[in-house]
Amino acid sequence: MRPLSRLSELMFPALLVAAVALLGSFTARANEIHFRTALVDVAIVVGLYVFIGNSGVLSFGQISFVAVGAFAAGLMTISADVKRGIMPDLFPILKDHSLGNVESLLLAAGLGAVFALLVGLPLMRLSGLAAGIATFAVLGITHNVLFNYTKIGPGATALTNIPETTGLLQGLVGALIAIAIAWVYQLSRFGRMLRATREDPAAAQAVGVSIHRQRLLAFTLSGALCGFAGGLFVHQAGTITTEDVYLNLTFLTLAMLVVGGVGSLLGAVVGALLISGLNSFLTTAEAGVHVLGWKIDLHDGTHLVVLGVVMALVLVVRPGGLTGGREFRLPHLLSRRRPAEART
Amino acid sequence: MLQTAFNALALGSVYALMAVGIGLVFGVLRLVNFAYGQLIMAGAYTLVIGSDHNWPEWGSILACFGVVIALSLLMEIGLFRPLRRASPATMLVATFAVAFLLQSIALLKFGPLVKTATIFPGLFDPIGHGDFETVRWITIVAIFCAVVALGALTLLIAKTTIGLHMRAAAADFRTARIIGVKANEVVTLAVVLSGILAAAVSVILVVEDPFVEPQFALRDTIIVLVGVVVGGLDRLWTATLGGFAIGVVTSVFTDELSSAHAVYVDSFVFGLVILVLLIRPEGLFAPFTARPVERA
Repeated sequence: MRPLSRLSELMFPALLVAAVALLGSFTARANEIHFRTALVDVAIVVGLYVFIGNSGVLSFGQISFVAVGAFAAGLMTISADVKRGIMPDLFPILKDHSLGNVESLLLAAGLGAVFALLVGLPLMRLSGLAAGIATFAVLGITHNVLFNYTKIGPGATALTNIPETTGLLQGLVGALIAIAIAWVYQLSRFGRMLRATREDPAAAQAVGVSIHRQRLLAFTLSGALCGFAGGLFVHQAGTITTEDVYLNLTFLTLAMLVVGGVGSLLGAVVGALLISGLNSFLTTAEAGVHVLGWKIDLHDGTHLVVLGVVMALVLVVRPGGLTGGREFRLPHLLSRRRPAEART
Repeated sequence: MLQTAFNALALGSVYALMAVGIGLVFGVLRLVNFAYGQLIMAGAYTLVIGSDHNWPEWGSILACFGVVIALSLLMEIGLFRPLRRASPATMLVATFAVAFLLQSIALLKFGPLVKTATIFPGLFDPIGHGDFETVRWITIVAIFCAVVALGALTLLIAKTTIGLHMRAAAADFRTARIIGVKANEVVTLAVVLSGILAAAVSVILVVEDPFVEPQFALRDTIIVLVGVVVGGLDRLWTATLGGFAIGVVTSVFTDELSSAHAVYVDSFVFGLVILVLLIRPEGLFAPFTARPVERA
């Protein structure tokens, strides 16, 4: 493969994301939130992709790393005076210190990585359904503890007063960092070894690839990216509850990944942008919008119904996702198309 | 003590019924139906409508079974059939989409607030005095229903021709088709049976807890999904035992943990699940010669 086409695999998704951010900077202030959300969604879904896409193992647990990153970044950027007032139960070390924006994002990424490494050490021995359910159990435990343990967070109440530092620019930079890391990883020898275990575990082991070690590496990297994305998530929203980073987000981000196409970075980015955009559009449409002279005014709550139908339809029509698991390649535009490779 | 035992048995029975419903469909389609809980939710809302309009109780229950079975068939025709050759991840996410869809329809139609369904209020009475004061009739009925349903199902699968076809399809779908098992027939039967079980579960759950909301039975479904995998999804009986076991464990934890720790029930259960999966990834009750479920 020529270097130019390898680079285009990075540049095309990056340009897509940049275009979305640029578009966001031209829209009305009230609509900007939709573009910021889309950028954060890209960061989360790319985090998911690094593990699920490259390993072929379905994990429901990645949102627990988003949750840990989000709560850590949120909690540590609230000023100590405020924390003493609203969360008196916190451990002193959490209560009396606070961090800046960038430090909090690094902390989120670090915590995500450490958590993923600890969880992955035993769990990465599993595969198939057992891996899916075990990672789901991790999500359940994370949610249960965050919801009830008031020494490390707000518990059942919302965490508020978080500085809203993730604007369009930070969202864009964050999403681009995630995409670049995912790209470098999938081209590295580690990424290739993991993809080899996805295609044929027996053959990969036969040439000396340790499935456990490669999966653990990707799981940890994915944990770091997800934690980082969680930091962006919380600084974008300014407020968070444990429900925001639980089942709904898990399903929505997994759906983004699968609708886009699990097997490629492009699929992750396209899926995230499309579903996030559709979600935002439908939510606004519930308040009434004009599209090409048509007045659309939907009943409250319709957006979830339409979103469910669209996701199911896309999967029925294109079970491999919109990109079919392929990356963007320049030669495809110039030469004749090659038949799609099934890569799941 | 007696109460704990009966509660555990009752929750275990209900979860076993749900486990069979999920296991039947997995057997023939290799598909984990995440939308199973939303079928139960739809049945529960049907009972709400019935009790709002003062339908007779048998009418409500009939309507509940009708709605749930119709929805199951709709799911099979509209989703499972087109996706029969798709990857497991795609099928699972497709059932997420349906679960999401049904839940949002319920939210849109009935709102987020709790609706009450009154059906067989007499079943909520205790069965006796003294020690038996804490045991309710519905507990006994739930256990009885589970035993009858599982017994009937075992007979159907073990003794009838179509049951034989189902077993063949579950063992190896392609070979079964080659030797003359009609795929659509077998799948439809599995889907209808799992729908009947879902309807039965929604009646039992509504009698136990008449407050219906869009997230009704969601937590139960998640726990059962975990339970069937822990038990071993490859065989119907191991999946059923898994569902039963996780019901018993959840119930015992809920009743016996001190109130300060009771909020962490889910963590204890899920922690136990991880432990079991690490020791026996092929399923807790699977025969020792078995290999982990292949995602064929």
